[in-house]
Parts: sequence; C-alpha cells; structure tokens
Amino acid sequence: MRLFGKYLLILFKSQMQYRTSFWLLTFGQFFIPFSVFAGLYMLFDRFGQIQGWEFFEVALVFGVIHMAFAVSECLARGFDMFSTLIVNGDFDRLLVRPRSTVLQVLGSKFEFTRFGRLLQSLIVLVWALSKVEANWTFMKGVTLLFMIASGVMIFTGIFIVIATMCFWTVQGLEVGNILTDGGREMAQYPLNIYHKWITRFFTYVIPFGCVNYLPLQYILGRTEGSGVPYMLAPLAGCLFIVPCLLLWNFGVRRYRSTGS
Amino acid sequence: MRACYSVFRLKLATGFQYRSAALAGIATQFFWGFIIIMVYQAFYSQPLADPPISLTQIVTYIWLQQAFLAFIALWFRDNELFQLITTGNIAYELCRPSGLYGLWYAKLLAQRLSSAVLRCFPILAVALLLPSPYRLTLPPDPATALLFLLVLILGLFILVAVSMLIYISTFITMSAAGSLLMFGVAGEFLAGMIVPVPLMPSWLQTIVYALPFRLAADFPFRVYSGHIPTDEALATIPIQLLWLAALVWIGRFAMGKALRRVVIQGG
Repeated sequence: MRLFGKYLLILFKSQMQYRTSFWLLTFGQFFIPFSVFAGLYMLFDRFGQIQGWEFFEVALVFGVIHMAFAVSECLARGFDMFSTLIVNGDFDRLLVRPRSTVLQVLGSKFEFTRFGRLLQSLIVLVWALSKVEANWTFMKGVTLLFMIASGVMIFTGIFIVIATMCFWTVQGLEVGNILTDGGREMAQYPLNIYHKWITRFFTYVIPFGCVNYLPLQYILGRTEGSGVPYMLAPLAGCLFIVPCLLLWNFGVRRYRSTGS
Repeated sequence: MRACYSVFRLKLATGFQYRSAALAGIATQFFWGFIIIMVYQAFYSQPLADPPISLTQIVTYIWLQQAFLAFIALWFRDNELFQLITTGNIAYELCRPSGLYGLWYAKLLAQRLSSAVLRCFPILAVALLLPSPYRLTLPPDPATALLFLLVLILGLFILVAVSMLIYISTFITMSAAGSLLMFGVAGEFLAGMIVPVPLMPSWLQTIVYALPFRLAADFPFRVYSGHIPTDEALATIPIQLLWLAALVWIGRFAMGKALRRVVIQGG
C-alpha cells in the first residue's frame, strides 16, 4: 500500500510537468460527461419520465455509474494501456520484481486528468441526492457507498479481463470498449428499461444490475419485504473482481515474452 | 489539383488496409446502436402528446449515425498531421510545390471516406434486416435517397472544412488535445449526436440551426427518413454550399496567416 502511494506521487509529479495541457485535459474531461448529462436532461424535459423513473432517480444512477467509471479509469489506466507493455516487452521487467504484478500494473499509470470527470459526476450526484424523494437512513447511505465501490470493482474487473486478453492477442482489442464504455452508457439508466436478455446478461454475467437497479429499489423504498438482500446486492457485485484476478494470474502464468 | 487527387487515392488505399479494426468498430457500433434505440423505445413507450419526431424516424437516425460515424465524428483525427506541426517536420510539407490546404483537405477526406465505406455497408445491410422495432426503414422514394446522398456528401465536405480549422489551430496552440476536445464535444452535441435535434428544447434548436455542425449529420439523416420534406431540403442545399465556401475561405485565410509566422522548431 505504501508502495502504491509512492507510485502515485511520482506519477502526479510527472503529469504536473505539463501544466497547461493537464488543466485543459481535466477541463475537457469535465465536459464530456457534462454534454451527455445535458442530453439526458433534455430528454426528460421532453418526455417527463422513462418507464416510471423520474429525472432525479436516473440522475442518481448516472452520478453513481459515472463516478465509479471515473475512479476505476483513474486507477486501472495501467490495465487499459496494458497492450503497450506487452508489445514493447516491458512486462518482463515487472515479472522479475518481488511484488505482485497487479500492483505494479496499477501503479504504472494513473490518470489524474480524470478528476474532471469525477468532479462532474460528484456534482450530479449531490444534486440528485438533494432532490430525490427518499427517506434517508444510515443504512441507505451505506448502500450508496456500496454502490459506488461495487461499480469501481466491476469496471476495474473489466479492465483487467481486457488486459488479460493481451497475453494471447498481443494487440489491444477495441471490442473491449463494448464492455467498458458501452457498459457505462447502458448502466446510466436503470437496467429494467432494457430488454430482458440485456438485463439478464448485465445482472448475472457482468453484475451492473447489482450496482444500479437492485440497490436503487431499496434506496427509493420500493422493495417488498426485507430490504437486506437489495442492500447487499452491491457486495455481490464486488465479487466480480475475484474471477477477473484469477484469470489474470492464469494469463501471467501463460505469458510468453514478445522478445525485445 | 492532380496532386490532391493522388494524395486522396493513396490515403484511400491505406485506409482500406485496416479491415480488422473496422470489424471491431462495427461490433461496437452495433451494440451502441441497440442500447440507444432501447432507451428511446422506453421513452416512447408512454403516451405522448404529439412527439416532434416518430420512433421509426429516430431509429433510422440512430442507425445512420452509427453507419456514417466517420463522416461526423470530429474527434476522428490524423495524428500524423499534428506531429508534423509539433515536431517541425512541417518544413518538408512546405517545400512541396502545391498548396498545403488542398493537400491536407484531400488527405482528411480520403481517411473519412475509406473508414465510412468500410463500416457503413455491413451496418446498413444488417440494420435493414433486423426485426421490426429496430429495423432501418428505407427512404420513402428513390428521389429522397438521391437527395440524401447529395446532402450527405456536401455535409462531409463541410465537416472536413471544420476539422481543418482544428488542425490550423494547432499552429497557434502547439497542443492538439485541448482544441480537439473542445471542438469535439461541442461539435458533436450541436450536430445532434447525443440528442437528435428535433428533441432539443427550442432555444437550443435556434442555436443549432445557426451553426454548420448539424448540416453534416442531422440534416442528411432527417432528409433520409423524410422528416425534412424534399422542398425544404432543396432550400437548405444553398445554405450548405454557402457554409462550405465560408469555411474553406476562413481555413485558407487562417492557414496563410499561421504559415507566414510559423517558426520551424529545429532539431
């Protein structure tokens, strides 16, 4: 953990060397989700609601998902850019060091410019929280934190899986974007507005449903009977990262260097 | 003119080499299209008082957007050109005995065209065969189809002229990321990529109609689905030409200015 902190410090210093570019990028990162959110607002302005979901309820989901995405993009950027490590053969260097490969790859890149995105999602989240009609209790607050944490775990897991694929394909795969960017776009609406097969896939295979739909029901007080399973659903989402890490370790063992 | 044409052909041929990248892109765009359509389906599933655009037209709009993404996305960039400017290799380009503007224009045009041609046919073909709510409908009559092609190509010319401005701005700022990002986000929004223009609030529509961005994407797509009637479309073509002329003129002017004071970074 201390090692990770050191990695972060070095990367932060190196990125601050290009100050203007850094601020511009951060600023731009703020505006990308902002325009998407403006679009969302306009659609609700026009249609009023989406299958019974009010604007602020969807904004809540939007905030949670985008925040989770921003955090994991910050953190797991190393995995996102992993194919360059493989192509250049730099991964060999990581293997000979006496620390876990996951930690080293995580520390190899850290995108501080994504704070712009994080800030935007935070604003949306706070705004949505202040407007949404729910009787806040301590448990609900905890559930919200679980949702964000679980979202981070899931996105990071996907990044790891995509990076693991590089052990076999060497080149990075653009198809992976379906799961990361596509997953984000999709999960910004409550999952039940989609078709059954999409909802099922993204609840049981990639557990976005555990982040947005199920706990949201609990927060908005729409559950029947005990809320505990709904509350714990995000924790189930966290488990997603376990098979991802196992796959990663399997990949590392299979790894053959590309040479120089 | 001949030099521009051969650059165009060369870049077109290079673009066609990246078939597997195009395939991956197609898969992504399909998924994307499905998700967006489902969202609109959910929005439209409630009783509505007189929507400004029908669901079928939205579906058409979205599939065309996905198929012709390379024609409309401003973030679609050529890093080679940026590097020329920032590394100082622009000196070589300047030695060439033909206008830089025309040459680069041809290059960018060819890149977009090759990428779009590779992607649009598979997407359109499959989208035409999909089951009912997702199906891309054919244009109401052949005349509309022809008109669509005409305005689409004009739109492409306009878009390339806009993206030339981004490259030219690099001469001044030296870092492409900032202007690219701002242009990209604003342009995409104003072109109706995030919310179709007819669904925007009316104050925003006034702004959008005053700017050229929608002429490359929103306008051709709505001509296709018949949402914009033929006579209105015909009336907009002169506006397209006017914008094109203006943008090219601005681009040439700005480039001339920038080149006069360009400092080649040695090394």
